[in-house]
Amino acid sequence: MGQGVTQGRGLMASGDGANGASAPARLELRGVTKRFPGVLANDNVSLFVKPGEIHALLGENGAGKSTLVKMIYGILSPDTGEMLFDGQSVTIANPRAARKLGIGMVFQHFSLFEALTVLENIALGLDSRISQRDLEAEILRVLDVYGLKLDPRRIVSTLSVGERQRIEIVRALLLNPKLLIMDEPTSVLTPQEVEQLFATLRKLSGQGCSILYISHKLHEIVALCDTATILRGGRNVAECDPKKETSKSMAELMIGANLKTITRAGERAFGPEKFAARALTLPKIGDFGVALQAIDFSVRSGEILGVAGVAGNGQNELMEALSGEAPAGAPERIMLEGAAIGHMDVTERRAVGLCAVPEERNGHAAVADLTLALNGALTARKRMKLMTAGLISEGRARAYAMKVIGAFGVKAQGSQSTAGSLSGGNLQKFVVGREILQEPVALVVSQPTWGVDAGAAATIRQSIVDLAARGCAVVVVSQDLDELLELCDTLSVINLGKLSAPMKVGEVSIEQIGLLMGGVHGDQEATVAMTEAIHAHLA
Amino acid sequence: MRIWLEKRQEPSATMRALTPVGAVLMTMIVGALIFWAIGYDGPRAVWEIFFTPVLASYKWPDVATKAAPLILIALGLCLANRAKIWNIGAEGQYVLGALGGAGVAKYTQGDTGGWIVPSMIVVGMAAGAAWAGIAAYLRNKFRVNEILSSLMLVYVALQLLNYLVTGPWKDPHGQNFPQTAPFTDAQRLTHDAFGLPFPPGLYVAFALSLVFWVVMARSEYGLGIRIVGDAPKAARYGGYSQTGTVWSTLVISGAMAGLAGVLEAMTQSGQINLGFPSGYGFTAIIVSFLGRLHPLGVVLAGLVLAISYVGGQVAQTTVHVPSATAGIFQGMMLFFILASDVLVRRRLRVEWGGAAKPVAGRA
Repeated sequence: MGQGVTQGRGLMASGDGANGASAPARLELRGVTKRFPGVLANDNVSLFVKPGEIHALLGENGAGKSTLVKMIYGILSPDTGEMLFDGQSVTIANPRAARKLGIGMVFQHFSLFEALTVLENIALGLDSRISQRDLEAEILRVLDVYGLKLDPRRIVSTLSVGERQRIEIVRALLLNPKLLIMDEPTSVLTPQEVEQLFATLRKLSGQGCSILYISHKLHEIVALCDTATILRGGRNVAECDPKKETSKSMAELMIGANLKTITRAGERAFGPEKFAARALTLPKIGDFGVALQAIDFSVRSGEILGVAGVAGNGQNELMEALSGEAPAGAPERIMLEGAAIGHMDVTERRAVGLCAVPEERNGHAAVADLTLALNGALTARKRMKLMTAGLISEGRARAYAMKVIGAFGVKAQGSQSTAGSLSGGNLQKFVVGREILQEPVALVVSQPTWGVDAGAAATIRQSIVDLAARGCAVVVVSQDLDELLELCDTLSVINLGKLSAPMKVGEVSIEQIGLLMGGVHGDQEATVAMTEAIHAHLA
Repeated sequence: MRIWLEKRQEPSATMRALTPVGAVLMTMIVGALIFWAIGYDGPRAVWEIFFTPVLASYKWPDVATKAAPLILIALGLCLANRAKIWNIGAEGQYVLGALGGAGVAKYTQGDTGGWIVPSMIVVGMAAGAAWAGIAAYLRNKFRVNEILSSLMLVYVALQLLNYLVTGPWKDPHGQNFPQTAPFTDAQRLTHDAFGLPFPPGLYVAFALSLVFWVVMARSEYGLGIRIVGDAPKAARYGGYSQTGTVWSTLVISGAMAGLAGVLEAMTQSGQINLGFPSGYGFTAIIVSFLGRLHPLGVVLAGLVLAISYVGGQVAQTTVHVPSATAGIFQGMMLFFILASDVLVRRRLRVEWGGAAKPVAGRA
């Protein structure tokens, strides 16, 4: 079937629907509805994916994309509606049934055992028993067919994120899927890895496999997809040809309003150095930690420094060393307004004006079961004077939470709502707002808009830019290059615990950053050394 | 028909308050059925255990005597359990508290003065705190699980008691019985002395429950304990130390158990013998959970458990149930309170007919 459909895809791009009328859809959803307590996640959603098509499913966080694909993959079942696969009405009871039909899925978060090899990980996920030798041969065949590079004998912890994703893709491809669902696949990849992934996906689609590609990165969808279905608030709002739309027009369909662009003063002069790290070096903790190696940076008043890099290259360790959650070594390793503060703990650093927002909202930046008032007191209790004689002042804590809610447009019933009752975007606005309203001297923020809808992301980015304009020194650690290029004045790349020299945004090319981000994947020597170390540890 | 549990968006406050009541009711129903099934008058046993001690006013001092140590110990356990630090060894700290008091008593046999009672209390609390402090040290220094270490220290404490009352602290005039010399009047604390209807420990327990309430609900320290328990990473981020919380909650709960022990020795037994360890330290674990880890809830729960102790003795004489009966009922209470906790975060849904497939609870 592969060849014929390949031709058909070419035709479809020009003559839409000509093929759809003759051949049944690979996957068709009719009027699918799914309700959760308190929310209608999918409301009468329809979807039509042709054979061999790369079909984008586009929408903000909370638009219902994940719910929809979970139903397709059998993790959830729809309340009402019909699902057709190759023209046959189907009920998919569980993921195993989905795989049997020929539906594969690559999740955003991988489920891999770090200490096992690629081969062992794939063997563990199989529905049927097959000998290791046959499996390895089969894996090598799939790798060869799709031109993927992966060594089945490597231990997962030595692999880059892109390589780990390839394991998941191979796992799905071993089942010869007719439909492959990719959930936000590029959020952790370097630009080069994204290109490799796209080549693989195009090849797959050329052989007749349909791909349902979930993303909110619009330029990728324009580059890759044949058709896009846009969801908003659990409903279909449009189906369009991404090649005929602009990123902006699709974004507006997605959020249902005109998109705000960040406003900032053009050429800004920076003040004196406010926040700096000097040869910050820390040993690695645990088998899978990353050692920080002589990290140096200097941020001036009004400047935003971006730290780019693929996840797991020392970002968490750097965040903890800067916020004070982990010891930073000698006092002079971290400087704030000329004073050495490396020896101070979290509370002391906040007192002198260094605030931080960690990457993880739930359970790190906020406590789900506590009210917003007490979550405000979590970090602001001393700096904003929310206490009297060791007792938290409920009134002042509520007032501060309400101030954050008001200033950042947090959708919450009030300061007595629990943090866990807020959506991701609203909680993130609250967490960032809680630190910004403390008017810090320096702010360190990790993944400020991770998993946040476009509207909330714009609010958060604008508030960071405004904070810097008031003279704060800001460090943004993020894996989202677009975000860093939009926000930052200066950019450094972290790779294997080393921070590159700063580069001026505007003078640096994406390719250059991509190469610096290469990670273990790009550094042959480091890869070999790390593999040997882990083998030695296991033996 | 299908029955399933559906996750609530927010934990239900009503359920949080109601489940302890439900647990006690379930204990009564199931307890009655069990004792009926094995040939006793089940409903009457339940009546005697739970209602006779309340209705007969001459049983009230008995209830108060049992409630005081239970509440005191459980208050400390609330604090530790809120931080998800599990002090299972309160029984050992209770014994150490009594031994601390007895130690002071041994060296003040001939003395009189108002300073003796306070110093016995202080030394008793310090001894309980130190015993729990061993578990805290092991946890912070060597990552030894405090559940195991505190529990094992109970048995060390019992051996220590055994050694002292049969050896160096044995009463020279005690006809070789394994017991310490009786406390003198200056070493005892009785309610008659103050003209109070109930033992002094109960009033101390009531007063301390208010203190614990304010500390846990309002103070920076109390907030830190909750956060350390709920979200350790957030606690670190908020500037609350995990090791500091392990130290403080274990030491405070140990001091509370020590206080209960020394008060028990000074107000009730008046000496230490092999029969002193009574299991209050273990029963207090049930009290803390039945009281929803809330200091005022603990007061109510302490009274309920004290009633079941006294009622268990009543039922032994009237319905002739075995002496283990009170323990069985107490165990059931803990079982039902922990089981019904599910309802705080989930609601029970029943659908008649059953067209759709059950999928809830997985999202």
